[in-house]
Amino acid sequence: MSWQKKYTPVIGLEVHTELKTISKMFCACANDPFNAKKPNIYTCPVCLGMPGGLPVPNSKAIEWTIKVGLATKCKINHFSKFDRKHYFYPDLAKGYQISQYDLPLCFNGQLTTSAGPVGIRRIHLEEDTGKLLHKTVNGKKVTLVDFNRSGVPLIEIVTEPDLTSGTQAKEFGKKLRQLLRFLDVADGDMEQGGLRLEANISLRHKNKKQLPTYKVEIKNINSFRFMEQAIDFELDRQAKLLETGQTPKQETRGWDATNNKTFSQRSKEEAEDYRYLPEPDIPPLNLNRKFVAQIKKSLPVLPEEMVEQWHQEFAVPKTLLSNAIISMTSSSELTWLGNNLKNIKLKNYDNNMFINDLINKKIKVSPKLSVKQVVAEFEKLHAVEEINPTELEQIIKLTLQENLAAVEKYQAGQTQVLGFLIGQVLQKLDKKIDPKVVRQALEASLEAS
Amino acid sequence: MSKLNNLTLQQTLNGLEKKEFSIADLYQDINRAITNQNKNLNVYLTLNKASLKLAKKSVDLPLMGVPVAVKDNFCTKDLRTTASSKVLDQFVPQFESTVTKKLLAAGGVIIGKTNLDAWAHGSSTETSAYGRTLNPRNTAYLPGGSSGGSAAAIAADLCTIAIGSETAGSLRQPASWCGAVALKPTYGRVSRYGVAAMASSTDSPGPIAKTVEDAALLLNFLAGGDTNDATASLQKTPDFTTSLNQSIKGIKIGLVYQDIAGLEMVNEKLEEQLGVFIELGATVEKVKALDPRYAISVYTVVQRGEVSSNLARYDGVRYGQNRSHFGPEAKRRQMLGTYTLSAGYAEKYYELAQKVRTLFMEDLNRLFNKYDVLISPTSPGFAKKVGITKGAAMFGELEDMLLEPSSLTGLPGVSVPYYHDPDINLFLGLNIVAPMWQEGRAIQVADAFEKNTDWNTWRKKA
Repeated sequence: MSWQKKYTPVIGLEVHTELKTISKMFCACANDPFNAKKPNIYTCPVCLGMPGGLPVPNSKAIEWTIKVGLATKCKINHFSKFDRKHYFYPDLAKGYQISQYDLPLCFNGQLTTSAGPVGIRRIHLEEDTGKLLHKTVNGKKVTLVDFNRSGVPLIEIVTEPDLTSGTQAKEFGKKLRQLLRFLDVADGDMEQGGLRLEANISLRHKNKKQLPTYKVEIKNINSFRFMEQAIDFELDRQAKLLETGQTPKQETRGWDATNNKTFSQRSKEEAEDYRYLPEPDIPPLNLNRKFVAQIKKSLPVLPEEMVEQWHQEFAVPKTLLSNAIISMTSSSELTWLGNNLKNIKLKNYDNNMFINDLINKKIKVSPKLSVKQVVAEFEKLHAVEEINPTELEQIIKLTLQENLAAVEKYQAGQTQVLGFLIGQVLQKLDKKIDPKVVRQALEASLEAS
Repeated sequence: MSKLNNLTLQQTLNGLEKKEFSIADLYQDINRAITNQNKNLNVYLTLNKASLKLAKKSVDLPLMGVPVAVKDNFCTKDLRTTASSKVLDQFVPQFESTVTKKLLAAGGVIIGKTNLDAWAHGSSTETSAYGRTLNPRNTAYLPGGSSGGSAAAIAADLCTIAIGSETAGSLRQPASWCGAVALKPTYGRVSRYGVAAMASSTDSPGPIAKTVEDAALLLNFLAGGDTNDATASLQKTPDFTTSLNQSIKGIKIGLVYQDIAGLEMVNEKLEEQLGVFIELGATVEKVKALDPRYAISVYTVVQRGEVSSNLARYDGVRYGQNRSHFGPEAKRRQMLGTYTLSAGYAEKYYELAQKVRTLFMEDLNRLFNKYDVLISPTSPGFAKKVGITKGAAMFGELEDMLLEPSSLTGLPGVSVPYYHDPDINLFLGLNIVAPMWQEGRAIQVADAFEKNTDWNTWRKKA
């Protein structure tokens, strides 16, 4: 179905990620829910929501959130605050989540993807909830609550609806996770729920300027691949509905990874009312310029910046470079790659080839290897064997005799058959010979005949 | 010699120091008084069986093991804490509130947990799920609230000193009704950690005492920053007792709320007392302040909003009692608060209320440019009769009208008795308000007034 001609996808992402601070967001309990030996061992009156428990914000978490904001070119709200977001759920100890409403720590940023920049509307800091465990105890079905995760610092990154495909969403997610790991503020473990994705998806008619009147939210996606698949499936599903004159329902859908389709979870016709209230237990935050400047100064050179620099210096396309470093999560790995690019250039080799080899895993190198060892690996991969000119001449002669028709074509000016002839020669050689050498010799023979 | 439970904190400490009596003697008198009166007055909801044992261990500490009545909304480790609501009927905290922790560290002993309006919602103790407390001065009357149990414990000499909390009037109004002294500290002076929250932005724990001196002494031990409360100020705590026995010569007193209808009687009685200040060298000037009746609306909206949020945690998952155990007053407040915070109404009510709150702040700051303290009656009248709150949903807000402006703005204040009606044996309280962090000024003026008048019943006895 070629709905792409008629509609433009409008996709926005919400990414939640737990920060890996030592202690929780508002109390001194250990922030280590995934490695806890037993449920409810990392708890206290604050994260259990006991009477009189009061939140005291974790300054490291505030610092790290600003770090993520600065790394995504966000502006910082120097005057910020926390707010209470109210809803009832058994894993929410206080009946409200401490979050940020109208003054998020960071706003108006962006992160680049190969399909263009994606705007970041806001990044705010909040607390995670506990976890429900549905179990059978003594033959009775029960729901148990584990509060080890309650109060773990969580940042929410909300993009503008700038994304237009599942592929772009996947790339964005991967880059964001790389950045979080690079800044050393989050593990971004998706299986455990340390990083959670939500996508808001709709289709806009190309003739219309305003955003669609509906949006479908896909929740609880636990891998980038599933997100890509879910978005692509959802776009097709919505297009089919629109084509039959229907407007897709405003709802939350989940991803069924077994049957590769999205399914309806709950209707979202009406906006939920969270009755936001400025958190009276925490004074507003005055983040002075000096504090923010210090965080900025502490930022490492970011992957994006290195890509830009290498693109200028080594003339390798940015997309290739981004791909090559997507799993790198530290400055030392980037420095290592930069040194290799320099060395490859110094030796007059092709850095495009080198980067392609890296991406396609043709050469197996890691930052454990020195630049010398890396270039050796690269040379080994592309090593060409020497050939006796007489032997080459004989094989060329033989090839030309066997392909008279092609020779005639060549001489009639259809020089594109040269490629075919080169291939024939290389086949006969059964050796790793530089194609340039073959071409030269072949051209000479053809001119001579 | 009078009974030991009748002594003030200072007298008790002096007596223990000089070994005029032992800690066991003191507890014997206190416990006898409790046995005789608690059933009738309904002051204590829970008594601490280990109090004497703990007191004996505390004699070398500054408070020497004196028995302290603590309002039942302070979490006390291993001692049932109900906030006077059935929702927490069986709740035994695993942790100590910062205030009680500091109290224990200073050698105070919790003798029992006192009744309050459920969740501190009210000014009468009549919303308590465990029945009302009676005013020990005249049991046909109410003690006020929400710290009514603590004020009654003082008035009936069922403790040496008491601790309560004020959101808007909950220390000063019951103290006024019971003829006692209350010291409401600056918001943030005393940690709220472990106090079941009512309205988080105004909750202030503080002492209810027999004398100003006692209140100042106890506050020394309760005040100070707390790593568990982000709103508790880290500034150094002054020694509040240095404000005692100081001349008030040259002190400028602003007399407010003289033009408010309905306050004629209490204002007239106060007028009769102004000579005390003038004789001591202070100046008193009548001055107009922003009408406190606006504070009723502001306070009601802000407090109900915060209440609806603060009570959300009692969702029935824990504590063994579900939401049906909330009393009618708590339900009303949650409904109203939920409404005023809802989308579309928050701007109209909550945000507007916060703006008017700022106006009160500006108005009071303006007055403090000219005056050292502001004074007015604490309450519009004497204690009200038992049963009066039935069907009066706004009872507390009206009774606490004169205290709401200072509570909303976080200011400190002291209430001391300034009149006694011998026919009904009830008192009127004088509210002395000082600028932020200037408790000392209010203590200085209150102490001077108390020592130069005969209204304080314990000073008379001494």
